[in-house]
Amino acid sequence: MKTQNNIWFNLDWTTVLLYLILVLLGWINIYAAVYSDEHQSILDMGQRYGKQLIWIIAGIMLAIMVLTVDSKFYAAFANHIYAFTVLLLVAVLLFGKEVNGARAWFEFGSVALQPAELGKFATNLAIAKCISQFDFKLQNLRSYLILGALIGVPAILIILQNDTGSALVFAVFVFVFYREGLNGMVLFWGFAAAALFILSLLLDQFKLLIFLLSISIAAYGVLRESIKEGFIGFTAITGLFGFVWLIDEIADFGCTPLQLLMVTTAISALLLIIYGIIQHIRQVWRILLFFIFAIGISMSVNYFYKNVMAPHQRDRIDQVLGIKIDKLGRGYNVNQSKIAIGSGGFMGKGFLKGTQTKYNFVPEQSTDFIFCTVGEEWGFAGSTVVLGLFLLMLIRLVTLAERQRSQFSRVYGYGVACILFFHIAINISMTIGLAPVIGIPLPFFSYGGSSLWAFTILLFIFLRLDASRTENLR
Amino acid sequence: MDVYSKRKYLIIGLFSLTAVIIAIRLFTIQVLDPSYKISAASNVLRRVVNFPARGLIYDRNGKLLVFNQAAYDVLITPREMKPFDTLAFCRIVGVEKEEIASEIKKARQYSLYKPSPVIKQLSSQTYAVLQEQLFKYPGFFIQARTLRQYPAKIAAHVLGYVGEVDQKGIDANKYYENGDYIGRSGIEKAYEDELRGVKGISYKMVDVHNMEKGSFDQGRLDTAAVIGKNLVSTLNADLQSYGERLLSGKVGSIVAIEPSTGEILVLASAPTFDPGLFVGRERSKNFSKLLFDPNKPMLNRAITSSYPPGSTFKIANALIGLEDGVLQTVRFSCSGPASSPIKCTHNHETPLALVSAIRESCNAFFWQAFRAEINHYPTPAEGLEAFRNQLLEMGIGKKIGGDLYAETSGSVPAVSYYDKYFGAGRWNSLTIRSLSIGQGELLLTPLQLSNMVSLIANRGYYIAPHLVRSVQGYDGVQDTLQFEKHSIPAGIDNYEMIVQGMEQVVENGTARSSAKIDSVIICGKTGTIQNPHGEAHSAFVAFAPKINPKIAIAVYIENGVWGARYAAPIASLIIEKYLKGKIASTRQHFEDAMFNSDLISTMKIETGD
Repeated sequence: MKTQNNIWFNLDWTTVLLYLILVLLGWINIYAAVYSDEHQSILDMGQRYGKQLIWIIAGIMLAIMVLTVDSKFYAAFANHIYAFTVLLLVAVLLFGKEVNGARAWFEFGSVALQPAELGKFATNLAIAKCISQFDFKLQNLRSYLILGALIGVPAILIILQNDTGSALVFAVFVFVFYREGLNGMVLFWGFAAAALFILSLLLDQFKLLIFLLSISIAAYGVLRESIKEGFIGFTAITGLFGFVWLIDEIADFGCTPLQLLMVTTAISALLLIIYGIIQHIRQVWRILLFFIFAIGISMSVNYFYKNVMAPHQRDRIDQVLGIKIDKLGRGYNVNQSKIAIGSGGFMGKGFLKGTQTKYNFVPEQSTDFIFCTVGEEWGFAGSTVVLGLFLLMLIRLVTLAERQRSQFSRVYGYGVACILFFHIAINISMTIGLAPVIGIPLPFFSYGGSSLWAFTILLFIFLRLDASRTENLR
Repeated sequence: MDVYSKRKYLIIGLFSLTAVIIAIRLFTIQVLDPSYKISAASNVLRRVVNFPARGLIYDRNGKLLVFNQAAYDVLITPREMKPFDTLAFCRIVGVEKEEIASEIKKARQYSLYKPSPVIKQLSSQTYAVLQEQLFKYPGFFIQARTLRQYPAKIAAHVLGYVGEVDQKGIDANKYYENGDYIGRSGIEKAYEDELRGVKGISYKMVDVHNMEKGSFDQGRLDTAAVIGKNLVSTLNADLQSYGERLLSGKVGSIVAIEPSTGEILVLASAPTFDPGLFVGRERSKNFSKLLFDPNKPMLNRAITSSYPPGSTFKIANALIGLEDGVLQTVRFSCSGPASSPIKCTHNHETPLALVSAIRESCNAFFWQAFRAEINHYPTPAEGLEAFRNQLLEMGIGKKIGGDLYAETSGSVPAVSYYDKYFGAGRWNSLTIRSLSIGQGELLLTPLQLSNMVSLIANRGYYIAPHLVRSVQGYDGVQDTLQFEKHSIPAGIDNYEMIVQGMEQVVENGTARSSAKIDSVIICGKTGTIQNPHGEAHSAFVAFAPKINPKIAIAVYIENGVWGARYAAPIASLIIEKYLKGKIASTRQHFEDAMFNSDLISTMKIETGD
């Protein structure tokens, strides 16, 4: 027997409390970031902190509304909500208002709405609905295609709005799929590809080729379960390179080291194939496949980097990898942000005592770079407290997800955790120079109604589902 | 329970690992690495612009015309300001409290974060006092500038002035920023790129006490200022100054050119003003005073006013006739005041040839010459078209300056003008006869007049008149400028006929008593231009000496009664001063008369340009 009252009883108050603490801390830090002598009242509605208070109150009201809706509604209407959001995303491309080069906003008088924010929970709902179907198995190609389309459509629409940062968020669903049975190798190859991407940018072609050859030889040794064979492979290739070099010297072709290495690689690949066929060694094909895959990725990286990515995106990655250091241009924000956070020391400078964030060194200091204020005024102690609160919330969400009876709720819960994780990790990392500058907000902290409401809805739908965790939703 | 539930540990592990990585990074930059604290201690990054000294301007003999003096602007960054003792501050800088308050308000409206100037052009003395006290005024800082100084107080129109760049200038060239100075007129404008140099930018760390803490990033981002290039002008400062004195009390202008090079020796426009008025804190007050002066002292009449040339135009008319081959041997009769359709105001022999006609400035002759020139072609329209093209070739009716700012082109009416006025085919040489004596629709600038004489003096070419002779590079190397040469090969004998006529004008013609000087042959031509608004204008063009001319000059005096009254004496005095170094005692009375005459306060009606 469940009554409406039981919702409040069953509600996970731990998460609600974490939510309230984070929102409150966010508000205080927005106040500190925007603070000036002229406008000292935290309730000044002309200032951002005054407005944020309105967003917070409205957010809490939204949360209550979300909680009062029957949990079956979310499962039943998941696809409708998704379709509606996709429509909004198309509409914003056509009729939206352009702000900072991104056509991502609807404007209703003084209230601006960003459909991309709604896209997150709508997609999450649709994915939960899709995976929780009886006949759905995360094993066949058809399932992957359906999930890919569910994610791809909003992601591409958001990229078309010129808001690549928000679109990248959709990549985190891969962790949700992993939890639901996606082959672990997919994750492994994904990470391998990402590592290769970064290496291709950092290393020149010669070093990269040497690296890939070494990895291949090592993998061959591991697959053959023989150190000896790996050593033979290594010696063979080194010897071959020496031989090729000698011929080049004698014949005076004047080849570059890279060209010599490429010749060596080609010859050794040929020898390996012949050897593999004669000796019937299956592992040879895997190694070759890996090698071709790796070369393909590293070659396409250059093309992708130079021709597909926008110059500012390229620059941001260059800054993080230390390829280009430009403390006044592209690197200005991050450098100033690091100075602000770094100058906080262990205990911080104290509330409203920050000097860096006060002088507007860090642009977007109340939105994307709000963590600077935390780092500067509250120091390492305060930063780790905030970080800890976020981690607590994420772990709590995973724990809640695991206790769901219905797969729908569990998938949705994981989705919430992963979306929040992506935002938190990338946002904080970019303020300390660990990740490229991607303009996504810090959940519950960053100034702005749209994102606060979106995160609130995202979270409280899950809390509503959790409150009825014994139901079986599909 | 499903088979994959253990995977939650991997996901929680990923979350935790990320948090740990972030925490380690935070620990490194917040606790271990002191460099961020040092950066923050000198926490304000200030962009300091180092304005290079603007290039100097010399006259042709190395005399300094424009130099620089240090001055200091006080700038504020409103966001960094703290409440301060306004009264004490005002006492130091000597500015009213209200003025400061309103400037600060303006600066706030412009930007809270970007610096704006609030007090401009403080003297070095005030700067020294303020610099000591500056720590009391956070958010304030000082930027060094240079101000233009004019030791000789001459050639205001030629040199031009510098002023703050306006929005249009900023939009047109990315180099300029709000508050930068830019050449606004004259040489300052025409040679802006050479004079300004390149400003340097340095980034300084400034602490909370408004003290500089050194360069940002070891000064790697700083750029050095490059000093402006110096210019050697073509002006002769002494002659220019003398010309300006001769023009005192009159409205008019003098343009003197060295014919062989096109270098402008004198370019004076009266009334004039002290160029130093446009510098310093009184600038805007002086500026509006000059702007609203009814005599328009800011107008450079020598190149921006165009006048009917009157009889001085007969030189051009004669050259065209000679080019067409209709004047070489012809004689035209003159009936003096009874001549028709244009009266002749002089009594002389008749019929007369070109040389005598120039000497006597015979209207009747030049009307008939004009008719012959027009009728040399099948239709009046074609005749006028040819006439006009010949004038344009001579540099009449178009801009001719090599480097002059705000020059006007004057005007030679085209066929279309008369077609519109009278109807196509409904006019002929008789209808437009006033062109023959330089009246009517024809308008020339004094510069064009002097260039016309320069062409005659050179017997067949002129070089685009210009004001700057060479640019002094950063390494001290002189870069001599080249200007375009225009040739009109009309035959040396033809030019000599005109020269002969002009020689006789001064020798025993209309300017014999006013322009003749000892031992130098001046070739000239007077002009008296009827003016429906008041007294006739006085014009005189000349070059000297006759052989190997050193100076070609045009003088135009508004309401100067007649050519020989003011223009001819002024022109001859300048020639005498230039070629002989001093004025003969027999001609001293001309000099006195010119210095002391006053046409402005007796002028009844303002004449239009």
